[in-house]
Amino acid sequence: MHRRLLLKGIVALGAMAAWPRLLLAARPDAAFIADNAEDAIKDVFGQAPVHSDQIKLKIPDIAENGAVVPVTVSTDLADVESISIIVANNPTPFVASFDMSPRVLPSVSVRIKMGESSQVMALVKAGGTLYSTSRDVKVTIGGCGG
Amino acid sequence: MGKPIKIRAKIKGDVAEIKALMPHDMESGLRMNPDTDQPYPAHYITDVVVELNGEVVMTAYWGQAVSKNPYVSFSIKGAVIGDTVKLHWNDNEGDSSETEMVLKPKKKRIGT
Amino acid sequence: MNRRDFVWMLGCASSAGLLSGCIRGELRDDPYESAAFGNARLLHFTDCHAQLTPIYFREPNVNIGIGGAAGRPPHLVGQRLLDYIGVTGGSRDAYALTYLDFAAAAERFGKVGGFAHLKTLIDRQRAEVGDGNSLLLDGGDTWQGSATSLWTRGTDMVDACNMLGVDIMTGHWEFTYRDDEVMQNIERFDGEFIAQNVRVTEDALFDGAAAYDEDSGHVFKPYSIREIGGHRIAVIGQAFPYTPIANPQRFIPDWSFGIRDDDMQELVDSIRATEKPDAVIVLSHNGMDVDVKMAGRVSGVDAILGGHTHDGVPRPIVVENSAGKTLVTNAGSNGKFLAVLDLDIGKGKVNGYRYRLLPVFANLIPADAEMQSYIDGIRKPYLDKLEEPLAVAGTLLYRRGNFNGTFDQVICDALMDVGDAEISLSPGFRWGTSVLPGDTITMERVMDQTAMTYPETYSREMSGAEIKTILESVADNLFHTDPYYQQGGDMVRLGGLNFSCDPTANINFRISDLILDDGRMLEAGKNYKVAGWATVASESPGPPVWDVVAEYLKDKKTITVDKMNSPKLRNVADNAGLADYANTLE
Repeated sequence: MHRRLLLKGIVALGAMAAWPRLLLAARPDAAFIADNAEDAIKDVFGQAPVHSDQIKLKIPDIAENGAVVPVTVSTDLADVESISIIVANNPTPFVASFDMSPRVLPSVSVRIKMGESSQVMALVKAGGTLYSTSRDVKVTIGGCGG
Repeated sequence: MGKPIKIRAKIKGDVAEIKALMPHDMESGLRMNPDTDQPYPAHYITDVVVELNGEVVMTAYWGQAVSKNPYVSFSIKGAVIGDTVKLHWNDNEGDSSETEMVLKPKKKRIGT
Repeated sequence: MNRRDFVWMLGCASSAGLLSGCIRGELRDDPYESAAFGNARLLHFTDCHAQLTPIYFREPNVNIGIGGAAGRPPHLVGQRLLDYIGVTGGSRDAYALTYLDFAAAAERFGKVGGFAHLKTLIDRQRAEVGDGNSLLLDGGDTWQGSATSLWTRGTDMVDACNMLGVDIMTGHWEFTYRDDEVMQNIERFDGEFIAQNVRVTEDALFDGAAAYDEDSGHVFKPYSIREIGGHRIAVIGQAFPYTPIANPQRFIPDWSFGIRDDDMQELVDSIRATEKPDAVIVLSHNGMDVDVKMAGRVSGVDAILGGHTHDGVPRPIVVENSAGKTLVTNAGSNGKFLAVLDLDIGKGKVNGYRYRLLPVFANLIPADAEMQSYIDGIRKPYLDKLEEPLAVAGTLLYRRGNFNGTFDQVICDALMDVGDAEISLSPGFRWGTSVLPGDTITMERVMDQTAMTYPETYSREMSGAEIKTILESVADNLFHTDPYYQQGGDMVRLGGLNFSCDPTANINFRISDLILDDGRMLEAGKNYKVAGWATVASESPGPPVWDVVAEYLKDKKTITVDKMNSPKLRNVADNAGLADYANTLE
């Protein structure tokens, strides 16, 4: 089913040069079971990220609910190929990856689970290079407000 | 067959902002069932494919840590009224769901 | 230049000033009167916690500032605060601003606040500048904190605020009523309820939940433009960002909060570009330290009028940012203060300001007759319950401070006693009035400490490890060096358990030496019977805490606090936010 959709994509695209990468990409299964961020990044990208100020990671400083943490990653970097999200302290840190064609603006929102307070990292692959930025997100017991 | 996807789109200039909500348990495989003392088996969406007029514009790969009833929003450039946006997901148990909508001039809610 | 001239300079030329602030020489007949300044007057009160009648409120002797917040307001207590603003000890102003010699000063200078007195003061302040030249802003925590507000679900306060003439408000404890009640109260409110940082969740939007703006998801109008003194003033609302964490999410399941300072910047820029205001004001319930940080990150705001942390800060903090300077204020609590920000506004910018934090001394300001009659009417059906005598205070009872207040200790002792527990926990709320030694503790005073929508108690087994985690987590929410990672109130209050705390350490390293009252060390793997109240995650099964405390008080008849379970403190002996504290270690 998935494959058929992808093939349909090829037909529609014709000769656009940027496309084969997206179409050939497969779910990085090993990254999703890796128990540390470094292995997951190596598995998916084969390179270590460099820090970029051009990535905006919008996420609450303190989560209202660790099971539902809204996150938006956007970037001014050119030629964005993918956006990925990593929660360092989750049992399996690699949370999600979005492979995008040039037709999609490099900005995506999703909601993620966090088991505990952690550094959250946004990865952007653009023009063949991997970039990242990160923020600390606190997951706390509630109450005592006032 | 998975539960229907809810989708909304809003066109601003030549950009279509898409918001989608996909009812799904997104069971991590780590949550314990107090009755059996065993974890609930992992059950989660593994990939989401987005098409514009039949052309794949985004593929999302997800793990167990995407929240229950996943929400995603993104924007497509160069979209015009009359274009068709299609979302499709697959999960780790072979379930899937699919929805499509035609971009309309006024904001419209499609959902069930 | 003598001291009085110096204070006058501060008050009129730049910023602060209390009653003595703006008057050269001797006090005038009306100490609240001031020389004219500027062309627009913003009146601001916050965190009145539904105190319609005059009360006593003791300011803290422990309000520790960590990191960049150390040694600056609001983290100056007692004499250090007086020295900072040049107020003489023993004076009326010193009584308003500090805990110093509190019981005696309270006897001498009387109660503070009360809406009938506040009404008179506000009317005078508005009359001074003439019609159309002032705005009355309410920073929130208005509908909660008293018995009558709870029993009327906040409506007594909505009507009182309508009589007071509140133009604009934002909120926090307002959201501890059910969402439909919040909306009904806002409907009843004659002014505007604004908040840029409260959004409908995506799920709820898909299900067709109501929103002020469906596209942006704003639950409430984010800002208001008012014409004051011939100038356009934008007022942006900032509700308490961590409401669904500090308070139950279950009452407001469709609403999401957060500081959202990037949204704030976008909004300020967009207002500046499209509305062409002459001044931009943020009415905030962030808390003072969060406001100071936000002021450094968001540019284009002239002043942040703040609340939440209940800090009576007599002089604004001026914060520099990329586009200029922003004033940050905090106007105390419980109706004790009225802040008056006079602005000299020109075309598209503020040329100058004068800030005064006026203490509302009930015996210096006559009660407004109409408001008094309204308040009497509200109280009448409840009077027997409110005035029910429970016990006599054998000592000064108060709550406010980073650690246990004496009234908290009474609550903790009552929870252990009635719940047959060896340890008790009580939240570190900042609200709650004070009772003078020798005064009768009425049910109304107990409700001042407890009146809220999730008062149910519990008594259950908890492991030592679980208790330690709670203490570490709450301490981190109070003492994290980055204020954006702080949430909620003061430290959780303890009964039956003693500990040491190093506020300067990191999470999981602040709390140590956990020892029960009988001398046993708390063991991580052992279970203890713990009583408490105000659970956020779900409703607890026990009776409301006010019944527990009332039963205990009636039984005791006279209340003395012989032992406080306040922690030993490390590494803060020189902190300017700590004074007259017995348990300090190096």
